[in-house]
Amino acid sequence: MIKLTIDGKLIEVPAEKTILEAARIAGISIPTLCHHPKLTPFGGCRLCIVEVKGIPRLVTSCTTTVSEGMEVLTSTPDIEDMRKFVLELILSDHPNDCMVCEKSGSCALQELAYKYDIRENEFSGERRIYTKRDGNPFIERDLEKCIMCGRCVKVCDEVQGVEAIDFGNRGFNTKICTSFEEDLDCEFCGQCVAVCPTGALTGKLWAHTGRLDDVKEVNTICPYCGTGCNITVHVKDNEIIRVTSGKETWNEGWLCVKGRFGYKFVSSPERLTKPLIRIVPKTKGKPEVRSQKSEVKKQKEDNFLPITHYSSLFREASWDEALDHVAAKLKEIKTKYGPDAIAGLSSARCTNEENYIFQKFIRAAIGTNNVDHCARL
Amino acid sequence: MHKEIVIRVCMGPGGIAAGGKEVLGSFREHLLKAGIFAKLKEKCSSHQVGCLGLCARDVLVEVHINRNKTVYQYVKPDMVERIVSEHISGGKPVEEWLADDTFKTFYGKQMKIVLADCGKVDPEDINSYIYSGGYEPTREVLTSWIPDDVIDEIKTSGLRGRGGAGFPTGLKWELARRSKSEIKYIICNADEGDPGAFMDRAVIEGNPHSVIEGMIIGAFAIGSNKGYVYIRAEYPLAVERLKIALKQAYERRFLGKNIFNTSFSFDIDIKLGAGAFVCGEETALIASIEGQRGMPRPKPPFPISKGLWQRPTVINNVETLANIPYIIRKGAGWYSSFGTEKSKGTKVFALTGKIRNTGLIEVPMGISLREIIYEIGGGIEGGKALKAVQTGGPSGGCIPASMLDLNVDYESLAKAGSIVGSGGMIVLDEDNCMVNMAKYFIQFTQAESCGKCVPCRVGTKRLLEILERITKGQGRDGDIERLERLCNGVKNTSLCGLGQTAPNPILSTIRYFREEYETHIRDKKCPAKVCKDLLIYSIIEEKCKGCGTCMKACPSGAITGDKKKPHKIDPNKCIRCGACFDVCKFKSVGRD
Amino acid sequence: MNDILLNIIEKYRKKNGNIIFLLQETQEALGYIPKQAIDLFSEELNIAPSRIYGVATFYSQFRLKPTGKNIIVACCGTACHVKGAEKIINGLRKGLELAEDEDTTPDGEFTLEEIACLGTCSFAPVVLVNSAVYGKANINALLKKIGSKRKKSA
Ligand SMILES: Cc1cc2nc3c(=O)[nH]c(=O)nc-3n(C[C@H](O)[C@H](O)[C@H](O)COP(=O)(O)O)c2cc1C
Ligand code: SF4
Ligand code: SF4
Ligand code: SF4
Ligand code: FES
Ligand code: FES
Repeated sequence: MIKLTIDGKLIEVPAEKTILEAARIAGISIPTLCHHPKLTPFGGCRLCIVEVKGIPRLVTSCTTTVSEGMEVLTSTPDIEDMRKFVLELILSDHPNDCMVCEKSGSCALQELAYKYDIRENEFSGERRIYTKRDGNPFIERDLEKCIMCGRCVKVCDEVQGVEAIDFGNRGFNTKICTSFEEDLDCEFCGQCVAVCPTGALTGKLWAHTGRLDDVKEVNTICPYCGTGCNITVHVKDNEIIRVTSGKETWNEGWLCVKGRFGYKFVSSPERLTKPLIRIVPKTKGKPEVRSQKSEVKKQKEDNFLPITHYSSLFREASWDEALDHVAAKLKEIKTKYGPDAIAGLSSARCTNEENYIFQKFIRAAIGTNNVDHCARL
Repeated sequence: MHKEIVIRVCMGPGGIAAGGKEVLGSFREHLLKAGIFAKLKEKCSSHQVGCLGLCARDVLVEVHINRNKTVYQYVKPDMVERIVSEHISGGKPVEEWLADDTFKTFYGKQMKIVLADCGKVDPEDINSYIYSGGYEPTREVLTSWIPDDVIDEIKTSGLRGRGGAGFPTGLKWELARRSKSEIKYIICNADEGDPGAFMDRAVIEGNPHSVIEGMIIGAFAIGSNKGYVYIRAEYPLAVERLKIALKQAYERRFLGKNIFNTSFSFDIDIKLGAGAFVCGEETALIASIEGQRGMPRPKPPFPISKGLWQRPTVINNVETLANIPYIIRKGAGWYSSFGTEKSKGTKVFALTGKIRNTGLIEVPMGISLREIIYEIGGGIEGGKALKAVQTGGPSGGCIPASMLDLNVDYESLAKAGSIVGSGGMIVLDEDNCMVNMAKYFIQFTQAESCGKCVPCRVGTKRLLEILERITKGQGRDGDIERLERLCNGVKNTSLCGLGQTAPNPILSTIRYFREEYETHIRDKKCPAKVCKDLLIYSIIEEKCKGCGTCMKACPSGAITGDKKKPHKIDPNKCIRCGACFDVCKFKSVGRD
Repeated sequence: MNDILLNIIEKYRKKNGNIIFLLQETQEALGYIPKQAIDLFSEELNIAPSRIYGVATFYSQFRLKPTGKNIIVACCGTACHVKGAEKIINGLRKGLELAEDEDTTPDGEFTLEEIACLGTCSFAPVVLVNSAVYGKANINALLKKIGSKRKKSA
């Protein structure tokens, strides 16, 4: 353990901690933009500068580790002046369009501009102008808003292991890009979107669906796979307009493309909402529709499932009827061919409890060990 | 009696640029023709010599006959025949081509340690270096010293880093020695990014073994077995000579396993830079050797504890390392007898710009600027007035003519708002505009900023924009204060040395030439007549002979007039290129 | 081209090289770095293409487009600047009829590069034409020289 004082407060933290981490442990807040607790330190935004006794220059607290007896000041008029200066510079190269920005209200840069009361910009000048839009289906990359914090690059490399993007060019023209600035073509996990402190990276699906007004946030579990990531769905007018995940969740806020961007199914008109019982068996050729003409017609009218060579036809049923039907069929097979003629395959999208019950059912009720799980593929 | 004839042709950067290769070839040819080469085969050799220093007079040729030295300047291949026939065969030097008196003053005030052997030893022949005492210091250190002895010796010598920051070399080595690690590295920084400095190039081209020796001794001191030389790809000859030198050092087993049959082994590899000034910065250099983008990272941790591949690493400049064998050879006491109390030894400067004798000079620390400019440099070119001396390149500042008696050492220059830096020294005269100079340097640093941190990435851009508008006549009230606030912020908050020092050229020119800025902003005039957009060209009627030369030269058709009658410039069409001003033989184009 | 690139990969493996090494070798062999090279390196060596591209665009030595037949390098280092390099560079751009933001003539004959200090400051301003050094350069003489090159190749 290392003892040091921050703003006159004596604290004790494990060695290897940075000044920033130590300050946070002590409940002292230091503004940051490029720092992310799960990623390697970068030191580019310069906002977290602090004064350390004995070091002539201001140092970045996110990159400097603590040492015994260190005396740190996190806020002096000089430091605040410099922070404001740096923010002014960032904003001098930033589109002034918070009005229509997807990130407004949850933007770290906006928050700091507000805190430091930056209205007029003394240093206005040329801005980077990028007109080409990235054609990928999921991620809006508005790089004029990028502050070059490098978080996206690091998350893609250090967390996702994909390295789809990196810094390109240098100096004022530095830009986060793919090889030859082609359209993004990656896993679209959206980890980069999640860590971007500004509106540079947002979901294309989110655009103009709602920011704060009348948006409810509901914590739930991702329905896709057995990993069970915690997610927060943002709901407006009873529709999901965005999915996020908090840093404090067990999945640390990381999601995959399905969890983050695959939420449109919830309100899809194609979604099954009632049990269906097949009325025309699946065949290889043309579906046999002669005997059930009326049914087919009705379903066609309902604009239900389109009839193709491979589709079969269903009719709606109640849960009771559907379950009875399944039970009867299973019994029938079991008596005729024995329990081993039956196998059960459950889904990674079920919970542990559901999976447990399922295998119990197959083993105890059906009487076979033919049970497996799709995640073992 | 056989005459012993040695001919030395300057093949330094300047020499080669001025045609040194051709002169050398010509000597070969004519000596052969005259039968001298054949007759005196053993004793007469045409050395390829590194920088002789006085580049402005290149190609310089030394003719030694029985150890009597004669120096010729401005030698061209077609002059060689006469030198061979009259001087070498006939024994009578060709008087009119001899280097003149300034040549003596040029060398008089200098003190050569690092450059002492440049121009004497053949950089492509290790034997020549060994004959002059080379590798003896390495042998002694490796066979009879312990590492702490080396560190003590270097500490006592007072040697400070010559790459820019002036950090005490002995202390750096000591800290690295104390860093606990199985593996340590030593890197020679030969990136020489300051545009206008070329001493590192000259040392490597002229005496590469001195640098290699410095590295071996340094490696021994800190306990490293692996070194790298990070060298600019823009210096192909230096790279070539370094490769040859390394090869020869390996052949002699000064490098490799069990050097001098001791348990000490050391290898050196070359890494080529790829054109990025910021890679001279230690952490960026390390990133570059690792094959990454050269983006610096915050210090601490310093490279001496976490450097290349996370191992303790010492980075030293070429000139720093080249000093080492001489300090060991002649002793720390001898070395520290030169210089001032806090700045010991000598420093090499690249003296260029508006000065009569341009070239590399090596002077004891603490010498006055006046001595450098007027005695060594021979004064200002073309009888103009000295305006300022720029030192330290893009990280340094301008020292005005009024401070000519300033001593050149780390402390004094820092006090004056500049730095010793890597040793660029550019002399500016009345025709140089200080705002333009400031703009030039910030243009350079802005283009070389790596883009990682905000103040440097955006701040240098804003600085450049303001200077651009000032030099275009669009300066605004308060621009000087705006510049000062920006400079101050960029200096204090930038991540690495590049950003931290980028404002220096602006701050120092504001400090000493504020009124020149004001004239640009307030009166929209450039007193030195450099800022193109502030100049107005007009024809002085009384002087104009109506020859029409200017009319022909004007690319934008702004000049009209009948033959033999005064011409006129249409200010709306004039693009201010100055073509008319340059071509008029009667000096009747006015520029204001 | 593929053979050349595969050779470079071979060398890289032997020498335990890095991305800069790959790019330097490629440029040495081909004069520039084609996209094909980056893609191949990425595939063979399992390095992300974005990373290679990032390195290639960081260092000014690397070019992603082919150069002209003749390469003119103008020094814009401090000593040369003080001695009028700007005039030389502007004169060259005009003489070569280079479009803004372009450094190669449309006919592919000339590429103009600017470099910070060639280390021959005593001869400022300095220009290299295909590696031949022209010290104390004069724009008119230079343009003549270049003009004659153009005629020869025409
Ligand atoms: C932007 C920047 C560029 C630098 N360029 C060089 C250089 O070209 N050569 C050099 O020796 N040192 C350069 N330095 C200084 C080095 O980072 C380092 O301090 C030096 O090589 C240490 O060696 P020394 O102690 O022997 O001087 C540069 C520093 C900065 C911040
Ligand atoms: S979406 Fe995922 S894989 Fe794609 S760039 Fe972002 S972090 Fe990398
Ligand atoms: S896109 Fe966002 S996360 Fe990536 S560097 Fe820019 S601001 Fe940072
Ligand atoms: S100061 Fe400039 S060069 Fe240094 S890290 Fe910052 S942006 Fe890069
Ligand atoms: S948070 Fe420390 S530099 Fe950005
Ligand atoms: S500044 Fe042009 S050669 Fe050095």
